[in-house]
Amino acid sequence: MTLNPIQSLTIILILMLGTMCTRFLPFIFFRAHKSTPAYIQKIGSVLPYAVIGLLVVYCLKGVSFTGGSYGLPELAAILIIIALHLWKKNTLLSIFAGTAVYMLLVQYVFTSWR
Amino acid sequence: MKTKTKALRALKAAFPHTLPVLAGFLFLGIAYGILMKSIGYGAGWTFLMSFLVFAGSMQYVGITLLSAAFNPLYALFITLMVNARHVFYGISMLERLKLSGKFKPYLIFAMCDETFSILCSATPEKEVDDGWFMFFVAFLNRWYWIAGSVLGAFMGDYIKFDTKGLDFALTALFVVIFINQWREQKRHYPAVIGVISSVICLVVFGRNNFIIPSMLLILLVLTFAGKKMKGESL
Repeated sequence: MTLNPIQSLTIILILMLGTMCTRFLPFIFFRAHKSTPAYIQKIGSVLPYAVIGLLVVYCLKGVSFTGGSYGLPELAAILIIIALHLWKKNTLLSIFAGTAVYMLLVQYVFTSWR
Repeated sequence: MKTKTKALRALKAAFPHTLPVLAGFLFLGIAYGILMKSIGYGAGWTFLMSFLVFAGSMQYVGITLLSAAFNPLYALFITLMVNARHVFYGISMLERLKLSGKFKPYLIFAMCDETFSILCSATPEKEVDDGWFMFFVAFLNRWYWIAGSVLGAFMGDYIKFDTKGLDFALTALFVVIFINQWREQKRHYPAVIGVISSVICLVVFGRNNFIIPSMLLILLVLTFAGKKMKGESL
């Protein structure tokens, strides 16, 4: 442990506070309206699909395509996930296989690249 | 109908929907518990974190916050950035949660990525109470995660293997959700807009500051795209 227990607890409570802010905000903000504005309703129906795209990019934000392993382990693992998922349509299998391939690649194949 | 029958019926309807999450959360949770253990935090700490925060990707980011110098303000800022997407979930759920009655505060508190995506695609049959249904989806998912992470923390004592790359499980999960949504939807432009806007903002603003600009750009483009496709329901 780098932090002492009090500091660790503080960090955990901060994480809780920040998370709850983001979860409760829309409900506090739109409580005054009896009905949600039409624009917000409309945006709310397409947002989920855009947000998952953002999440995927978020997960890959640390990958360097100009040096190191050039993002090859990530690219390979994602291609395998896509192929396997389109073929078998098994969420758990796709996640498990993709992660296993990635771990093998970064631990054994691309070790000297980093 | 008696409350007990109502609840039981909703539990039966909700459980099958949560099965993939059960598997995924046990796996991701165990991986998380092992990672926590590897930086010196045991089962008690992991339980506290999962119980209070309950935000998978943020908890993974929390590992780096716990292993760096103590900086609460930075931690708060990062949390707001990483979890900003919850604002979008809230906006998408405003209407449906109006009907959830006494469960509303709990549902808002426990609305993670997976619960959100299940509730987006699943509505129970007529004779099942939607409030209880949503409650059980959220409740089950939450406890799968807590149980998985605590299990991982215990296993961390006995399993000695290189965990490098294990956190890729989270990326894999989102890629799979992305593919599922892509297949379910006829219109792909929201997903495409989400990816392209994020990539542009990542390149322009850098990896530490791109989430909020991405959200704004997504909102902007979706608004215009929505206007352009007037007459069609989005």
